[in-house]
Amino acid sequence: MNINIASQINSFLAALVLLTAFGMLVQRRMYGLVHLFAWQGLFLSLNTAIVGFVADRHHLYISSVLTLTLKVILLPYILHVLIQRLKVHKEVETVVNIPMTMLIGIALVIFSYHLMAPVRELSTLVTRSTLAVALATVMIGLLMMITRKHAVTQIIGFLAMENGLFFAATSATYGMPLVVELGVALDILIAAFIFGIFFFHIHTTFDSLDVEKMARLKEED
Amino acid sequence: MLLVLLLVPLVASVILAFVGDRKFAPEINIMGSAATFAAGAGLAVQVYMEGPMLAGGKFFFVDAFNVYLSVLTSFVSMTTAVFSRRYMRKEREHGRVGHIRMRFYHAMFQLFIFAMLLCLLTNNVGVLWIAMELATLSTVLLVSLYRTPTAIEAAWKYFILCGVGIAQALFGTVLLYFAAEKVLGEGGEALLWTNLSRISPELEPTVLSLAFVFLMVGYGTKVGLVPLHNWLPDAHSEGPTPISAVLSGLLLNIALYALVRCKVLVDGATGTHHAGNIMMGFGLLSILVAAFSLLRQKDIKRMFSYSSIEHMGIATFAFGLGGPVATFGALLHMLVHSLAKSSIFFTVGHASQMHRTQEMDRIRGLFRGNPLVGWGLMLGVMAIVGMPPFGIFTSEFLILTATMKDAPLLTPFLLLGLAVAFAALFRRVQSMVAGDVPSYQKPMKAAHVPVLLHMALVLVLGIYMPDFLNKWFHTAVELLK
Repeated sequence: MNINIASQINSFLAALVLLTAFGMLVQRRMYGLVHLFAWQGLFLSLNTAIVGFVADRHHLYISSVLTLTLKVILLPYILHVLIQRLKVHKEVETVVNIPMTMLIGIALVIFSYHLMAPVRELSTLVTRSTLAVALATVMIGLLMMITRKHAVTQIIGFLAMENGLFFAATSATYGMPLVVELGVALDILIAAFIFGIFFFHIHTTFDSLDVEKMARLKEED
Repeated sequence: MLLVLLLVPLVASVILAFVGDRKFAPEINIMGSAATFAAGAGLAVQVYMEGPMLAGGKFFFVDAFNVYLSVLTSFVSMTTAVFSRRYMRKEREHGRVGHIRMRFYHAMFQLFIFAMLLCLLTNNVGVLWIAMELATLSTVLLVSLYRTPTAIEAAWKYFILCGVGIAQALFGTVLLYFAAEKVLGEGGEALLWTNLSRISPELEPTVLSLAFVFLMVGYGTKVGLVPLHNWLPDAHSEGPTPISAVLSGLLLNIALYALVRCKVLVDGATGTHHAGNIMMGFGLLSILVAAFSLLRQKDIKRMFSYSSIEHMGIATFAFGLGGPVATFGALLHMLVHSLAKSSIFFTVGHASQMHRTQEMDRIRGLFRGNPLVGWGLMLGVMAIVGMPPFGIFTSEFLILTATMKDAPLLTPFLLLGLAVAFAALFRRVQSMVAGDVPSYQKPMKAAHVPVLLHMALVLVLGIYMPDFLNKWFHTAVELLK
């Protein structure tokens, strides 16, 4: 494949990843969020496979398949089941001040480009231009965790951050060494197991997954 | 020996998961931890005789810096296992935990020890991150073991905030790999610490200083540095006390260890004091904020969690200051703080079981009610506030001397923090140990071996520094220059 075309496909997929990140920032329905998360994973997985093909790095195929199974199939499935079991699919979260959140998101993207400018100049890889997008995805995931007050939403924000980190590794260095990627995937899997248990605990104790209700531990005066 | 040290807790974890809540499960837990400590001691002897070494195809390594932390980790986990036998039996009698949760508790305890040892002994900076995340994940559900609303809230906060924090550290690791790959070429070799420290002057300074900001925020969250400390008092106070002891005494040290390893690389690349200054700022802020927060605490475990933040601040500050005296002081401080703090948590655990509350206003008359618990707490607090002749006095004295020499303007702030912490802790502990035994206090048999052992060690380290420790600390100071 021509390097030029590959670079363009890479940028296009990066744009789609960022678009899904912004989509998640404003999506209020639980199922909608899970679907957006699955799409983001799919774009990432495609991107990794293409980079692997262009740069001739075969270990990236393994990462790509790993992303596909973990983030496109397994995690969305688990989330789906949990949402159904806990009957929170009807809960529509009240998200305050969507335009403001979007503006902060845009500011974060610009900030990421600014921060990554020196790194981009040092890089010679096909994917160098997408590193800023990766950092922006991490930041938007973080923003989502701060602004949203639902346990499921916070977890999806957390997983979106992890997506951004994975994307960063692909853009900056054609992926981390395989042992590290496998280890990170294992950690995510354990985390998924834990938040699954947590959802049930929070639900039975607080009768809702609204984390605003958890406000007993405050500094006393 | 190194691989044995890692394998023992992992195997013990699997065995305990199968054994479940049998009568002898706590004993297996103790035996597993004792075997881990034996392996740790064996490794220490080996390192003392033969010097630093690599194992498992360069994948693991041990040098003067991580060998003493490994021994410390395996030692404290052993004494905590001993303490936990009596403590958890009492908790079961009080009906706070059941069958399934006890099985889970023992298995996760060993897995946690494994994760911490993996953090210390791995040579790969990426695996270091993975092990750190594993250590967090294995303790999240232990913090929420009692399933009370506050415990669940604390654990959720711990899970989310540490997850976010540590994600930043992964981004920093990606940037580090990006810089390293240019010098060392692609593949796992480029993340090996032994390789990185060799070529650190050739690494790109701009990328490394950017990476350090992310690593600082990431691992700093786990160290519990202000303003990233929000989760720490909750997580350390709501879980079972043995877990509080290992979280405060060990896990914070491990996170600081990771941060210091990264700082060495950044210093090598930039050749400036940039990273050190950031660490000094975070450290000093932590000391001051934690010292003043100590004054307002009502819950005994929360108070000592803030004290942990303060002491981690002191160590971070000293590592940031650099120089042989401050670094020596910081290494010693990590060791003695860990021993003293876990011992305090042991006594605090017993004290709150005797009164069935963690509220300090209701804890009274410990000297008369149970002299071991009372005196253990009193001496522990005396050690932790830095009274001579305990070891913390020595380490804080070294750090203060170095500050007066290298950054004299910061000395008053450091002294203010230490003085406020001193006053806050003393005021509280005196009212708890003195006085008559209240009617609601129940007598109990305390686990005395761990407390006595820890206090004796802290005392000995204040008076006499063994030769092997001295040698390791000096080598580690060279290493971290």
